[in-house]
Amino acid sequence: MADLSCNIAGIKSPNPFWLASAPPTNTGYQVANAFEAGWGGAVWKTLGQPIVNTWSRYGAMDLNGQKIVGLNNIELITDRPLEVNLKEIYEVKKRFPNNAIIVSLMVESKREAWHEIVKKAEDAGADGLELNFGCPHGMSERGMGAAVGQVPEYCQQITEWVKEVATVPVLVKLTPNVTDIRYPARAAKAAGADGVSLINTINSVIGLDIDTLAPRPTVNGWSSHGGYCGPAVKPIALNMLSQIATDPETLGLPISGIGGVSTWKDAVEFIALGATSVQVCTAVMHYGFRIIEDLCDGLSNYLDERSMTLQELQGISLERIHDWKELDLNYVVNARIDQEKCIGCGLCYTACEDGAHQAIFSERRDDGRTFVEVKPDACVGCNLCSLVCPVDGCIEMVQIPNDFESCSWEEYSSGEGVLAPRPTYER
Amino acid sequence: MTDGSGLSPSPFADYKPPMDRGAAMVEANRCLNCYDAPCIRECPTGIDIPGFIKKIASENMRGSARVILEANILGASCARVCPTEELCEGACVLHDLHEEPIQIGRLQRYATDPVVLGEKALFKPAPSNGRSVACIGAGPASLGCAAELAQLGYEVVVFEKAEQPGGLNTYGIADYKMDYATALAEIEWVKQLGVSIRCNTEVGEDVSVASLFEDFDAVFMGVGLSGVSPVGIPGEELEGSQDALDFIAELKTHPKDDVSLKGKRVAVIGGGNTAIDAVTQASRLGAEKVYMVYRRTRERMGAYAHEQELARKDGGIFVLESMPVEILGEYGRVIGLKCQKTRSDADGRLEPVPGSEFVLDVERVFRATGQAKRVGFFDTIDGLEFDARGKVIADEHGRTSVKGLWTGGDCVSGGKEVVNAVAEGKRAAMSIHQTLEGAE
Repeated sequence: MADLSCNIAGIKSPNPFWLASAPPTNTGYQVANAFEAGWGGAVWKTLGQPIVNTWSRYGAMDLNGQKIVGLNNIELITDRPLEVNLKEIYEVKKRFPNNAIIVSLMVESKREAWHEIVKKAEDAGADGLELNFGCPHGMSERGMGAAVGQVPEYCQQITEWVKEVATVPVLVKLTPNVTDIRYPARAAKAAGADGVSLINTINSVIGLDIDTLAPRPTVNGWSSHGGYCGPAVKPIALNMLSQIATDPETLGLPISGIGGVSTWKDAVEFIALGATSVQVCTAVMHYGFRIIEDLCDGLSNYLDERSMTLQELQGISLERIHDWKELDLNYVVNARIDQEKCIGCGLCYTACEDGAHQAIFSERRDDGRTFVEVKPDACVGCNLCSLVCPVDGCIEMVQIPNDFESCSWEEYSSGEGVLAPRPTYER
Repeated sequence: MTDGSGLSPSPFADYKPPMDRGAAMVEANRCLNCYDAPCIRECPTGIDIPGFIKKIASENMRGSARVILEANILGASCARVCPTEELCEGACVLHDLHEEPIQIGRLQRYATDPVVLGEKALFKPAPSNGRSVACIGAGPASLGCAAELAQLGYEVVVFEKAEQPGGLNTYGIADYKMDYATALAEIEWVKQLGVSIRCNTEVGEDVSVASLFEDFDAVFMGVGLSGVSPVGIPGEELEGSQDALDFIAELKTHPKDDVSLKGKRVAVIGGGNTAIDAVTQASRLGAEKVYMVYRRTRERMGAYAHEQELARKDGGIFVLESMPVEILGEYGRVIGLKCQKTRSDADGRLEPVPGSEFVLDVERVFRATGQAKRVGFFDTIDGLEFDARGKVIADEHGRTSVKGLWTGGDCVSGGKEVVNAVAEGKRAAMSIHQTLEGAE
């Protein structure tokens, strides 16, 4: 079994899987159960002035019969007394000294308030602190959460206040509700943050109940925008993660990746794009703490099969993230349909005909089957057919060799490169 | 059978039970929504199957029912009685992935039941176009024709000699596929389109054929088939020997306790789907032993493979390559069925094996050896052509040799599925419409 132990900015945990600051880390009872189940760390549900929450709080997006591909919430920070939380943190840390407890914090934008809560969290035994600059609803109306995360100057200011007194590592949790995630990340780094965690939830209205036309989640017929998370947000998280990990100004800044991590494969992607630890919430809210067994087992098997260490995996794909202008315009692929595997559903035909480049030919054969074939001179290698095909390995994108050197847009537009001919098929 | 608690399912419960919402959603979402879907091509009424299934997935239930019922007015009964294994589901591309095909029949039932059994109006009677059509017989072919014409503004009157409309749908299909009440509820719904149905009215007896041609602009004949003819062996008149279709009709129109076969031994003669229905029904009525006597091999049976499987599961005992030679009786009642083994001769003809007689110890014998044609009725219609086997001759639009007379269903095909009859009725309706429009 591969060594999964994790050290991010000095916060150590037996594996990189942490519970994100959220309902699963509400109480000492839950965090202890999670550690028993095998979770490496937990970011305690945000401490601050206890607030009063609404009934109800969550809304889900289901897709084609699958439950909760996306989740949103209008829940705020902890509604339990600060002293109770601190006492439970102390007890759990004592019982599980090797697991990481990171305490999420959010208080008014006052230096003294931050100093006070940082000290209390550390006294309770926190291995690290996570500054919640991300919560998009409710708290932001009071000048906290995303209201801080959206303004790099505030991020920097508050992080500096925290760093004045903190003795344990400090992670800044960033909001995705900005046009460029790199600015708040740079501000956090400039203030001395030991790392960043991202993404927090995305502003959303998850949907309406079309019978009552009330938005969800419904609070006596009304609702508010909420924070969106779950499997559906993963691509957004991966992009923001890679942006920070490739930005020369934040290069090397430790990242705890968050956003739709449900399986070990998601974790591989986050780690390969620069995350050191990954945080999980929605998947636990859906299936419980028990998913940790497969998260660790799957990641470990993956590493063992590739004879790779976790450290070697970390950030390995970043060198493959480039600007579009640097991509090779002379790399040509075409779709190829494996007629042996084709079941004749014709979905590729419909997709290419209506949704892409009319490069698939279809014919009803005498035996009643639909026959499909790619028109090679019309195929632009866009991929859509292989994405809609329901049969594993039936449509593959194969490289079509040509005699042209690679050529990027940058090279082409500066006159340094020569473009291979493009498809000329007349439609 | 019930254990007295009333909790165990009735032996006559649906063999393709209705789906609940969750199951229907999962199933509907499995449908790939094929281009030029093979399932549609296999449906005689050409229902846009992926279309109605995707509407279930999006919970557009009204739209889903409309897609089905616009193509097939008896979509609710076809959802139950169609041999989907052979038709739409048999063509599903998922077979090629070695997956179960989409359960199209059950989804169709899920979509149509709320509308049809819930008697929710989906179509409005069209404004009258001033023309009228008579339909002879109220079976699936006539209903298919009548519904189509009614929606085009025709005044349609259906004449039915039986007490209730529906034909085979009402009287002739085993109860676990289609119950009496459902068949009638579906027809109520057809009536809402403005179709008028006159039961207990036999054309040729109560109303003359000639009067129909006088009173209506066109006539559609959907008279189906007659009862099962005698096999032609001694003893058929004995008490306990019966037409299998009469047995099924009796079972559907009477309380089950009145027609119990508890402890009885039964022989069903024949190898078609009606024979299967008789076997399964007899077995579910408590018969101790049910033999299915068929003169050829299992491979040659007319019944679909999945139907044979049903009979086998219900405990039916297949007595193959055996022909009945005499029904044995005592005091006027059946006490056994004498059979003889058969084999094929050099020309492939069936011949009895000398000295191979054996007796099945049974108290009831049901004939399911093919229904008779209504030749007597056809003879009363001047100029109507029918073939040597008694099937009415019609072109692909249902036109007969008689001007103004269209036909369809079993009286033409000699006995096919409900869905075929509906499709033929519908095609005839379109032809009637075109002809009458053209006459203007």
